[in-house]
Amino acid sequence: MKLDNTLPLEYRSEENSNRILGFWMFLGAEIVLFSTLFAVYFALWNRTGNGPGGHEIFEIGPVLIETFVLLTSSFTIGLVINSMRLGLKKPALLFFGITLVLGLVFLGVEIMEFVTYVHEGATLQTSAFLSSLFVLLGTHGLHVTLGLLWGGGLLLQIKKEGFTLDTSNKTFIFSLYWHFLDVVWIFIFSFVYLKGMM
Amino acid sequence: MKWDEFFVTGEPMIYGAMVSIVVASLAILIGLTYFKKWGYLWREWLTTVDHKRIGIMYIISALLMLFRGGVDGLLMRGQLSRPENGLLDAQHYNEIFTTHGVVMILFMAMPFIIGLMNVVVPLQIGARDVAFPRLNAVSFWLFFAGAMLFNISFVIGGSPDAGWTAYFPLASIEFSPTVGNNYYSIALQIAGIGTLMTGINFIVTILKMRAKGMTLMKMPMFTWSVLITCVIILFAFPVLTVALALMMFDRLFGSQFFTMANGGMDMLWANLFWVWGHPEVYIVILPAFGIYSEIISTFSRKNLYGYKSMVWSMVVISLLSFVVWAHHFYTMGHGAMVNGVFSITTMAIAVPTGVKIFNWLFTMHKGKIEFTTPMLYALAFIPIFTIGGVTGVMLAMASADYQYHNTMFLVAHFHYVLIPGTVFAVIAGFYYWFPKLFGFRLNERQGKLAFWTIAISFNVTFLPLFFLGLNGMTRRMYTYSESTGYGPLNLIASIGAVGLAIGFIILVYNIYWSFRYAPRDTTGDPWNARTLEWSTHSPVPEYNFAIEPTVTGLDPFWEAKKGGHKLYQGKLEEIHMPNNSGQPVILAILFFFWGFFMVFSWWTPAIISGIGILIMLAVRSFERDHGRHIPVKEIQETESRLRGEQV
Repeated sequence: MKLDNTLPLEYRSEENSNRILGFWMFLGAEIVLFSTLFAVYFALWNRTGNGPGGHEIFEIGPVLIETFVLLTSSFTIGLVINSMRLGLKKPALLFFGITLVLGLVFLGVEIMEFVTYVHEGATLQTSAFLSSLFVLLGTHGLHVTLGLLWGGGLLLQIKKEGFTLDTSNKTFIFSLYWHFLDVVWIFIFSFVYLKGMM
Repeated sequence: MKWDEFFVTGEPMIYGAMVSIVVASLAILIGLTYFKKWGYLWREWLTTVDHKRIGIMYIISALLMLFRGGVDGLLMRGQLSRPENGLLDAQHYNEIFTTHGVVMILFMAMPFIIGLMNVVVPLQIGARDVAFPRLNAVSFWLFFAGAMLFNISFVIGGSPDAGWTAYFPLASIEFSPTVGNNYYSIALQIAGIGTLMTGINFIVTILKMRAKGMTLMKMPMFTWSVLITCVIILFAFPVLTVALALMMFDRLFGSQFFTMANGGMDMLWANLFWVWGHPEVYIVILPAFGIYSEIISTFSRKNLYGYKSMVWSMVVISLLSFVVWAHHFYTMGHGAMVNGVFSITTMAIAVPTGVKIFNWLFTMHKGKIEFTTPMLYALAFIPIFTIGGVTGVMLAMASADYQYHNTMFLVAHFHYVLIPGTVFAVIAGFYYWFPKLFGFRLNERQGKLAFWTIAISFNVTFLPLFFLGLNGMTRRMYTYSESTGYGPLNLIASIGAVGLAIGFIILVYNIYWSFRYAPRDTTGDPWNARTLEWSTHSPVPEYNFAIEPTVTGLDPFWEAKKGGHKLYQGKLEEIHMPNNSGQPVILAILFFFWGFFMVFSWWTPAIISGIGILIMLAVRSFERDHGRHIPVKEIQETESRLRGEQV
């Protein structure tokens, strides 16, 4: 195998750098996916039928918690990559663990938020606005859920193998994914919640 | 649910289909067991990650789907052959035109093109495989699972019946209460994920794995067309993913996206569908342009005229393809301004397309044209496609479109672009690259007979539809009265359809005959061609090139044959290849079952299959498979055997 030792571990083999480019392409597709969901939301956001509008159901408290934990987790996954580049396994594991716990908190708060909505009579079936809201948020939440499963598996692999060509590549790609989810959340926070509460 | 709702009942034709499915499946199972081929099938095909074999499997599936979609087409033409015909009832006719469209576009044209991409692109750029061979197998098997799921709908549960565009509110649970459109949303979703993965795979392959010296502007034209196509796939398919997901939510979970009450917006579906759907048209046409470019250049014995303008016109087409979608529904009330803008963008596409047509003509100008079967298809393509294109410009004019909209004129138009554009191209590509895969050419005499039958019958079938459309016959009408006067032209079209069927039968016989009797080609270059894929042996060894080629310009093999430069510099080294894996096929089986249970809203088994899918992903994540190395000695043996030397 040809290795270019001037590059960081995650880029070092040809397969590794191909995988990273491929994942960037995948993120391109993900951007289109979320853009489409946002477009649907913007087309339907004031079509509330007989159901409640955004300003009637949105609450700033849980949303701020979600925003805070997700942004922090983006910072900690950055620290994981930093530790990985320095070859420090233990801090990397610690920060990775913190990232996943923060992701879990985010998910918990989001689920509670959904439960509240449903109790207030705002369900997927109520109106076009609510359908698009639940599907947009739900798609993001599903991405976080899959990220937690993926990250959990990855954590075990790093623990067992340390940082190898494989695990460093996977960790780097996971960090790209996690940052991407954060970027999407910033758009959700601004254009769904803030706009909706105005 | 009762059994008579689960299976489609009451139709003699469907019972016949059920019996033939059971008989054919049994015959395959017994045959495989009797000839002890299960191990061979599993080791060499089901688990393969070799791009050539995956390509062959794509093409075989596409041919099967061509048969399925073709039978649908024949039934439609049979029903319309005379006024007040009773061959099909309205419901059955609705199902047939829906599945004909879906099968032909998504399960015939796309996989045929992706199959050719798989076979040709790595060879043309001098690579040993695609960037992600395992993912490539996953792509194929997901497509296959989606295609099979869609196809069982006509015996289990009933086929979708709202047209291949599945417009709402017709496709909603209120107006289409059977599971047919559940199949549509879920089967297409599964196949679509596979297509998206293919797009990513080939972008990375083409950007990162080209031979030394092959800069982007020295790539063969087919590879260029695939690169641009994959970029379109990357940006178009997620829109379909969302549209289908929303459809699924509306139909299975009662959401209100496209409904008529509670704020739903039925036109949202039409927009989302065509934001994907129009680029999709270019996904199936641009690779076809690439295939024609290769074939016309090879058989004119000249390099391609206007290489750079060919590339730029494809780039422009790909950009325009995303800003024309509303021309599919001018009549649905979005005002003069919107219609005007979309009219202009649509007509603008004729400009880069015209550039390409002239480039092909100039490539042939003063060339030594050789009339082989692939070249005949390419030659027929130019005038027929131009008719299709010009009628497209007619349809592009929004005000005139009010006259043509949803008539047979439209049906004639898109068959005039899709059949010479895509179908002729994939057949031409099939004839052209066949000897690379199997080591012999398909018989030319039979090939030409099939060509003439298909080309003439095609025009007999679809030319009358232009006139029927102008006379006011609408599409998707299951019958008509004699007083309309549509009878005679419809009869001519139906006779043409029989001719097309005969043409395809000759084509299949041509393949069978050639497998048995055609003389073997030992040169690896039966057409005296120009690009890298012809510089290696036929059939191609699994590692493609014993030594990775070095390229200095366009048409590297042609230059090398003229004695310009040496393609293979350096010495043999051991070659790193990926291992086969059974995971992709298992994953696809789980997806198939997940999809099937979702269609019928059987939640518990659906959740279990979903967990199975997650487990397979985890298995892959924890696996450490670094492939294997082929030693130099084995390469030398393979090479001398392929050169026909005694080992």
